Amino acid sequence: MLRFLVRRILSAVLTLFAVSVLTFLMFFALPRDPVSGMCPKNCNPERLERVRQELGLRDPLVSQYAGYLKGIVTGRDLGGAQGGRCDAPCLGWSYVNNEAVTDTLARVLPVTLSIVIPAAILWLLLGVGLGMVSALRPGSWWDRAAIGFSLTGASLQLYFVGAVLLLVFVYTLRWLPVPGYTPLSADPLRWASGLVLAWCSLAFLFSAIYARLFRAQMLETLSEDFVRTARAKGLGRTRVYGRHALRAAITPVVTVAGLDVGAALGGTVITETTFGIQGLGRTAVDAVRAGDLPTIMATVLVAAVFVVLANLLVDLLYAVIDPRVRLG
Amino acid sequence: MTAGDPLLRVRGLTKHFRVRGGLVRAVDGLDFEVRAGETLGLVGESGCGKTTTGRLLVRLLEPTGGRIEFAGQDITHAGRRALRPLRSQLQIIFQDPYASLNPRHTVGRIIAMPLQVNGITPPGGTRARVRELMELVGLNPEHYDRYPHEFSGGQRQRVGIARALAPGPRLVVADEPVSALDVSIQAQVVNLLRRLQRELGLAFVLIAHDLAVVRHFCQRVAVMYLGRIVEIGDRDDIYRRPQHPYTRALLAAVPDVTRLGSAGRIRLAGDLPTPLDPPSGCRFRTRCPNARQRCAEQEPALLRRDGGNQATACHFPQSGPLGVERGGVPA
Amino acid sequence: MSLSPVDGAAPAEIGASGSAGGAGPVVGRSPGQLTWMRLRRDRTAQVSGAMLVLFVLVALAAPLIELAYGIGPRDQFQGKLDGAGMPLGYAGGVSGEHFFGLEPGLGRDIFIRLVYGLRTSLFIAGTAAVLTAAIGVVLGALAGYLGGWLDAVVNWLTDLTLAMPFLVIALALTPTLTLRFYGQRDAVPPAFGVGVLIAIFAGFGWTSTARLVRGQVIALREREFVAAARASGAGLGHMLFRQLLPNIWAPILVSFSLAVPQFVTGEAALSFIGVGLTEDTPSFGRMIYQSLDYLQTDPAFVFFPGATIFALVFAFNLFGDALRDALDPKSSR
Repeated sequence: MLRFLVRRILSAVLTLFAVSVLTFLMFFALPRDPVSGMCPKNCNPERLERVRQELGLRDPLVSQYAGYLKGIVTGRDLGGAQGGRCDAPCLGWSYVNNEAVTDTLARVLPVTLSIVIPAAILWLLLGVGLGMVSALRPGSWWDRAAIGFSLTGASLQLYFVGAVLLLVFVYTLRWLPVPGYTPLSADPLRWASGLVLAWCSLAFLFSAIYARLFRAQMLETLSEDFVRTARAKGLGRTRVYGRHALRAAITPVVTVAGLDVGAALGGTVITETTFGIQGLGRTAVDAVRAGDLPTIMATVLVAAVFVVLANLLVDLLYAVIDPRVRLG
Repeated sequence: MTAGDPLLRVRGLTKHFRVRGGLVRAVDGLDFEVRAGETLGLVGESGCGKTTTGRLLVRLLEPTGGRIEFAGQDITHAGRRALRPLRSQLQIIFQDPYASLNPRHTVGRIIAMPLQVNGITPPGGTRARVRELMELVGLNPEHYDRYPHEFSGGQRQRVGIARALAPGPRLVVADEPVSALDVSIQAQVVNLLRRLQRELGLAFVLIAHDLAVVRHFCQRVAVMYLGRIVEIGDRDDIYRRPQHPYTRALLAAVPDVTRLGSAGRIRLAGDLPTPLDPPSGCRFRTRCPNARQRCAEQEPALLRRDGGNQATACHFPQSGPLGVERGGVPA
Repeated sequence: MSLSPVDGAAPAEIGASGSAGGAGPVVGRSPGQLTWMRLRRDRTAQVSGAMLVLFVLVALAAPLIELAYGIGPRDQFQGKLDGAGMPLGYAGGVSGEHFFGLEPGLGRDIFIRLVYGLRTSLFIAGTAAVLTAAIGVVLGALAGYLGGWLDAVVNWLTDLTLAMPFLVIALALTPTLTLRFYGQRDAVPPAFGVGVLIAIFAGFGWTSTARLVRGQVIALREREFVAAARASGAGLGHMLFRQLLPNIWAPILVSFSLAVPQFVTGEAALSFIGVGLTEDTPSFGRMIYQSLDYLQTDPAFVFFPGATIFALVFAFNLFGDALRDALDPKSSR
């Protein structure tokens, strides 16, 4: 178990390292002057040159990258224009936002978390519930409705659903305020009412996928010998479904959910854009548009960290759900 | 059947598998020979390394050590290119007729595969040759374009046999060719193999745990235990005058209506020891009814006694017909 | 120790009588034919299949439709807009002349732009799906069959690709690539934008197919029919393409049929965040992106592109599901 864990963590670190190298290369090595996008149009040549110096863009690429890595691990001193000392996980200074990238992240991360975590809970409950209902009575009216719902959800576009929801609940019925982020600690009600549309549209689309997946898994599990044995032993329907089959059918759902949540935490770009909420995804998009290199690097890295962590977590969960994995 | 050099000569053949927690000595030093047209039976309990041996012989597995010579050539570590000219002379029949046929290929295509892969165009064309083979193994040539799932287990095994025969082999390794079949079908397939062996003058290495099948089919028999040959000899010697206690135990375990009752029955105590950590000295000693001190200290060599063809790896070989056991367990 | 009661029965007799499945006038059916039969009996598959054929035909025949319709995708009808640039008439200017109405602002015909948008989207998604399948099948099969370092590398690449935020990378990569090839001032041909999109989709998409194929190949690798081919001296090409792939084309086909709608929505999503195709290439994503600004003032403009793309993706998903059912190995045994 320990060896398995160590191996997984090592490979995760290696993956993150590769992501950072690739991102770095993608933006530095390709022929776009990273600086030109970093300050508004009225920048004069001297200022640009100073920025280049401060960013170390005149240094060889390898030492630039080494400096970047060093900043993450131990922190480093940036030039005066970049706010001086930058502490340990230093991700650089954004000229566009005029703040340390870590501060930007600290501002936008809670937003994305507030969108994804409630949405994920919602879509898992909805997906597994729907899948269960339709697997219990395959071919029934319930089943057909659930399949129809999930196929519809899987075929819809988030921005389309979002647009319709906005039109109905915000602009026409005026039941909800224009979406936006209020910290949970400041006002839970406004926090929820500002994000509920985002949760619902994410949940609608994702739960569809989970319902399909779970239904298929459940039907397969129910036809297996151990379930028949449990039924033959005289265990009740509820007990068999709840205890035996659910446990076996939920495993693939856990895998997919882990990966989806990981990816979503890296930035729900479309959701944030649709509802005009400034989270990690939108920040990344804005950074790319503005050519704000340090912010791009940071957002890509954070997204990668979430995916890799989710992967790791799924593997560990597997080991808990399915003891065979621990041997492997 | 010509005398002279053996078709297959195996010396000190070993195969070790590296697994978590150590080394499995699946095959640990085999010596035997098969002459052209001769049939050798390889028997033993499951897990004794007979299937691994079969796969080593046709070089599906890379030997860890030892030497395999086929038709005078060393093929122990020959690569795909070097093996090419020999592949058509050395074929294998598999145990599971359900897994050994590609479900997406027609029967005709399956049988033609060794020809196609080796670039052989038989006189009269591949199709004619395949139909001929199908007839030879008792399949209806009209079924050329059918898929494996349309056949029964016995028929599928005939397809597997036809495939092995297609390139005109001199030696066929048959890995438990009937053990996956219904008992009523087994006899038919064994008889088919025997007929083919006689008509085509094939040499066979028949791997089986069923002693009756081996007795029916093989001229010589080798008994394996934990990766080693413990006894080898002519069929009649092995079946009538087994010398190794393991062979005796195996034979005694076969139900026989002519010997009702438990007189002389030897029971094998305990399970097969793990090949991860085989017992010291004689590997069979942990289950042997007459194991003594020496058995734990010294590994017995495979030796011929009384000048016959029969060789036994036992410090205290037994003699006499089965059922009359020499008791004498020392204190 | 006699062998068995039927000792000595003539094998040829038993074979010829064809005791199992092979008897009677039943014609041998390949697994592919069985799938096709099941698919033809499935109503969902029929309907969604017909829808897909219709979509593809419309996409292929776009210039003909333009001819018959009499309006091109770039024609503007400013005269049919009011002072604020909104189309006159009901539901965004729907009329016998303009089936789906007009775009606010430029006053272009929505119907013909959707027809051409369908053409663009299907071309991009189809090409990307073919590339994805080809790369994924080859790498996945090699990794699964050969194992070792190649397997490790492919696995790690898969992990790496999963860890990269697709939209952000695509967003960053598109302009950089364009600059690399065309510099700041050159006019960028629309085909280049299409090519970049396809390359990005293929670069990110192959991993899921590779993963799938790898798993399937590993499951098959130890089967005896594979060993039989190896024992006969079959080379790598024969092993992969003759022995292994024919057994896994079912999941590949399903994943292909589900990849196409994924790329259709991917293209739309990229356009939505502002990368992708240039203005003069009509595409679904761009239309939806632009339409969202008119959500309150001209809902019909949001509805038509949204509904069309929904219908397309829905048909693909339905058909993919039906295909999966038809190919189900359990019922084919």
